[in-house]
Amino acid sequence: MSAAITVDHVTKRYRLYHERNQSVKAAIMRGRRARYDEFLALDDVSFEIREGIAFGLIGENGSGKSTMLKCMARILRTDAGSITTRGKLSALLELGAGFHPELSGRENVYLNGAILGLSRREIDQRFDAIVDFSGIEQFIDAPVKNYSSGMYVRLGFAVAINVDPEILLIDEVLAVGDQEFQNKCTDKIASMRREGRTIVVVSHALPSVRALCDEVALLEHGHLIRTGPAEDVIDHYLTEILSIDPAELGIPRRATGEIHLDGVEIIGADGRPRPEPTIGDAVTLRFHFTARERVVEPVFGMSFTSSDGVLVTGCNTMTSGIRMVVEPGPGHLDLEIPRLLVAPGRYHITGTVYDREHTTPIHEVGDLHAFHVAEGTLRTSGITSLGGTWRADA
Amino acid sequence: MSQVREYVERRELLTNLVLRELRSRYKRSTLGWTWSLLNPLSSVLIYWAVFGVFLEVDPPVGDPSGQDNFVLFLLCALIPWNFFSNGVMQSIESLVVNAGLIRKVYFPRELLVASTVGGLLVTFLIELGVVIVILLAAGNMVLPWIPVILVLVALQTVMVVGIGLLLSAANVYFRDVRHFITLIMPVLFYSTPIVYPITTVPETWRIAGRSIPLRDIYGFNPLVRLVTAYRDAMYSLRMPAWDTLAYIAVWAIGLLLLGQWVFNRLDRRLAEEV
Repeated sequence: MSAAITVDHVTKRYRLYHERNQSVKAAIMRGRRARYDEFLALDDVSFEIREGIAFGLIGENGSGKSTMLKCMARILRTDAGSITTRGKLSALLELGAGFHPELSGRENVYLNGAILGLSRREIDQRFDAIVDFSGIEQFIDAPVKNYSSGMYVRLGFAVAINVDPEILLIDEVLAVGDQEFQNKCTDKIASMRREGRTIVVVSHALPSVRALCDEVALLEHGHLIRTGPAEDVIDHYLTEILSIDPAELGIPRRATGEIHLDGVEIIGADGRPRPEPTIGDAVTLRFHFTARERVVEPVFGMSFTSSDGVLVTGCNTMTSGIRMVVEPGPGHLDLEIPRLLVAPGRYHITGTVYDREHTTPIHEVGDLHAFHVAEGTLRTSGITSLGGTWRADA
Repeated sequence: MSQVREYVERRELLTNLVLRELRSRYKRSTLGWTWSLLNPLSSVLIYWAVFGVFLEVDPPVGDPSGQDNFVLFLLCALIPWNFFSNGVMQSIESLVVNAGLIRKVYFPRELLVASTVGGLLVTFLIELGVVIVILLAAGNMVLPWIPVILVLVALQTVMVVGIGLLLSAANVYFRDVRHFITLIMPVLFYSTPIVYPITTVPETWRIAGRSIPLRDIYGFNPLVRLVTAYRDAMYSLRMPAWDTLAYIAVWAIGLLLLGQWVFNRLDRRLAEEV
């Protein structure tokens, strides 16, 4: 995979003015504009963000992570080094930046869309989707100064997300709006991620970084401390730098790895592989794994997610009361499904293995398997089917 | 070259920013767009009363139009001057006013200057339209000269954008720029033949036994040439001298290049300093 963003020896200095004066007189008197110290916000930082992954930038306040994001967004220019990006980029640094209070929601959608790089025709095409996502149809022709802060942010997010970027930069903006809207945003970001877009997030919220990101870079005082798989870096940050037990924050500990999930096989009623089942089929999901050592009573779990990011269902062996011992070597576990009652479409299977207390992960795979459910005689709308039959003679 | 390409790519943004200027300018005012005509009307009345009536400035007779009305003489120069003065003053502020946008979104920041000037250009064209109607009513057949007027408008726009780029970026670093230009503007106004004919400026000036060619020095000011050209086309109905047009064009393009060069240099830290 190629790099979506390449950060190459980037250095960024800020000027800290002792006396912030912007007057010519003072400049002439002193022979220069103002005295200032330079502050190194980023010091020779290099890393790569691969195409199609979710990448987190973490670190304490003043570590340079927001500066890095602004450099990627071209708002700030680097003093040395370069940042190369591939593909259309959209930054969610402040939702609704550039909204003009006196103009209506509609006029602002066009203005903001243009600022973010959309043509008029593109905005025309997306206008309904934008208004629909924001959920403020009734107020779209009212001036935005009359909007509540929630409505303002909703509209801002709806425009930014509909720019249809290949690279999306997000700076903690998701901590706004009500719970419902936050979920909506999270779902949208998850679905963009599945579509193979690159996402870069700056956040203090380690649990959400851990849940969203594949890889993370840890910055401290402008230096890159570590970059790599999200769980490794967050674990390192918590234990080595903050000296906190991750469990206290409700962050799952780093997967211990005694069992490795290899994949899922879908088997039809006839015992033969059936990679593309039909709605209503009897199928068995066979989870293949390899154990490095003997594990007593591991908890296997799985969930189905539809292609637009909706969690369809999830279950695990603990709630079903299954207790098993896994011996070293390859093995498998079956989930028998008498009737596959999900609507035709594409689904992703998440697989997890936890220890017997269901607190420490052994292995987790966000996208263990993807498959397609074909249309059959059973017709349904929505995401699921009740499998019922209509009778008129009752 | 890449800069030109970026402008072309973002021309829709320019249109949108101009629309934002225009739509928001007279929002919540009852008279709305009428204000854009009332403002020049009031200044015309003042200058007419003071210079035309009290001081009895005698406008030159237009050749070949034969026109000798002070108000028309004034209008042909005052309306372009207003575009120059408002364009420069408002574009100086254009970056500082949009600080929130500059800090949060990337787009070519020159567009903020260009859209400010663009919004004023629309008003200017409307005002010019009104002036042309007035001239026609007064018997000045100005219609064949409209292409010349449009060339002058284009050159003036380039000039104003150039000055705007130069001063707006400088104003982010030194906020005195705006105050300084506020001070300079009346000086420029009175050293341009707007409320008086250029013939009132003495050809030479004798100081300490030396003769200074005042009229020539005065003529270095590109605004003098610009106003003269507008008056030639609209008031006198004759073709402005080619060297005058060339002089204006050299200034306009020179100021644009200088403005863009300075802007590029100061653009680097804009988001931090604004």
